[in-house]
Amino acid sequence: MGLVPRSDFPLLAKHPELVYLDSAATSQKPRVVVDAIRAYYDDANANPHRGAYRLSGLATEAYHNARAQVARFLGVADADTLIFTRGTTESLNLLAAAWGRANVVAGDRIVVTRMEHHANFVPWQQLALAVGAEFCIAELTADGTALDLVHLASLINDRTKVVAFGHVSNALGVMHDVAAISALARKVGALAVCDGAQAVPHLSVGIDALGVDAYAFSGHKMLGPMGIGGLVVRRAILEKMPPYQFGGDMISLVGDERSTWNVIPHKFEAGTPNVEGAVGLGAAVGYLESVGMPAIHEHETALGRSAALALAALEGVTVLGPTAAQRSNGVVSFVVDGVHPHDLSQILDAQNICVRAGHHCAQPLMRKMGLPATTRASFYIYNDATDVATLRDAVAHARTRLGY
Amino acid sequence: MSAELDELYQSIILDQNRRPQNFRAMESSTGHADGVNPMCGDQVTVWVKLNGDTLEDVSFQGQGCSISKASASLMTAAIKGKTKAEAEKLFDDFHDLITGKTDGASMGRLKAFGGVFRFPLRVKCASLAWHAMKSALETGAGTLSTEPHEG
Repeated sequence: MGLVPRSDFPLLAKHPELVYLDSAATSQKPRVVVDAIRAYYDDANANPHRGAYRLSGLATEAYHNARAQVARFLGVADADTLIFTRGTTESLNLLAAAWGRANVVAGDRIVVTRMEHHANFVPWQQLALAVGAEFCIAELTADGTALDLVHLASLINDRTKVVAFGHVSNALGVMHDVAAISALARKVGALAVCDGAQAVPHLSVGIDALGVDAYAFSGHKMLGPMGIGGLVVRRAILEKMPPYQFGGDMISLVGDERSTWNVIPHKFEAGTPNVEGAVGLGAAVGYLESVGMPAIHEHETALGRSAALALAALEGVTVLGPTAAQRSNGVVSFVVDGVHPHDLSQILDAQNICVRAGHHCAQPLMRKMGLPATTRASFYIYNDATDVATLRDAVAHARTRLGY
Repeated sequence: MSAELDELYQSIILDQNRRPQNFRAMESSTGHADGVNPMCGDQVTVWVKLNGDTLEDVSFQGQGCSISKASASLMTAAIKGKTKAEAEKLFDDFHDLITGKTDGASMGRLKAFGGVFRFPLRVKCASLAWHAMKSALETGAGTLSTEPHEG
């Protein structure tokens, strides 16, 4: 049995045959999240921050409470430094556009890692191209199981303005030492930017204690709805940072020729906010807290290790990334000799097993590894040991199915 | 579901995937084009050699799933020796087959792709090399993407 009952999740309860192993792409949603969104629309829906009537006050309060709850969950003491966005991708684009354009100039250096998701790679690459900055990529160690911290350190000099890195790699499941990398960046005054999309759903992150300047995450990977996520940035940086978008809610005074900006976080949340998303994310955080992040991390790590061992034992299967013992999460990426990931996922789908096949939005990494694509299984709280066995048996059968 | 999978992965497709025909670069081509599918990372290059209006030689190389590789392989065999217009007509017929508009009764070995239409996500796999071939014939060189050309 999983760490939580499948019956908590309407989709999994309705489709008992499904073996859902793609939570690194998006998680399923517990009933409490869907119910919270419905309750908001049934009892509290209005445009927040605007009306003097009580209903608008309820919507404002729901939005405010969600921010406070999510900030507390993330280990962020100053809740106003949490900006709600559409998700990790928008969070990182916001940072590259607003902070980047104001602070990075020709001749500066931006450092990213080989393992980044496109969302933490392309915005920085494009910023570098636009302003004429140098764009450097920190490589993996020779065995491909970790980031080469020595190489990363060698790239960081006094011209470096940004060091952007992931907390946990979505393609390989490698976890990075956020505190150590942040310390390297901050020593030269560079902005330490962490993509936490694959970390926040799975472990107790404690952002304040990590020493990062900016940390991005997505709600939909942590049991919340799609279209909500956030960006946490140090207050001093946020207050100096120019706005990202202009419009309602983010202004203070609008003159005919000039305008002034609202205080944070509103300065970075132009337009009517996604209140239903924030409310749903708040409910998701409540659910995760009731299960307990240490238990979640332990459960997923056990499944990830067991799947890595079971798959690696099959003929023709190579498991990528960390060794089973080094594994610290439920992301398992692998290739099957002679079976393209697209074919494998199609064959697994016929047995109701949902896995991801492709480049995992990490083309720079895949190119370096000489792999056009891999298959990725990712486990979460509703998965169990039976799912691991079902996956192993189906993968073993796939080679035979394709005539090997 | 399993029967549909059997229809998709017919033995001729599995054989062509493991032992593709005309899987080589061509030095004296009159045209070549790359096809990429950004959704899954599949990539194929198709070379054509026209002698007058006749396709004297066709070859391909690349990386992709069994459907895209087998389709590229059988395409090269099917259009070699045909005229440019015949090859383009065959692409239209093939496209009708993989989108379920015809049963491909007159299409010889290409009929093996008759199960593709039940898996709409795989239509791009089956047509990738054909798009590249068409582009190689028309422009002589280029790169095309399945997004957003595919319909």
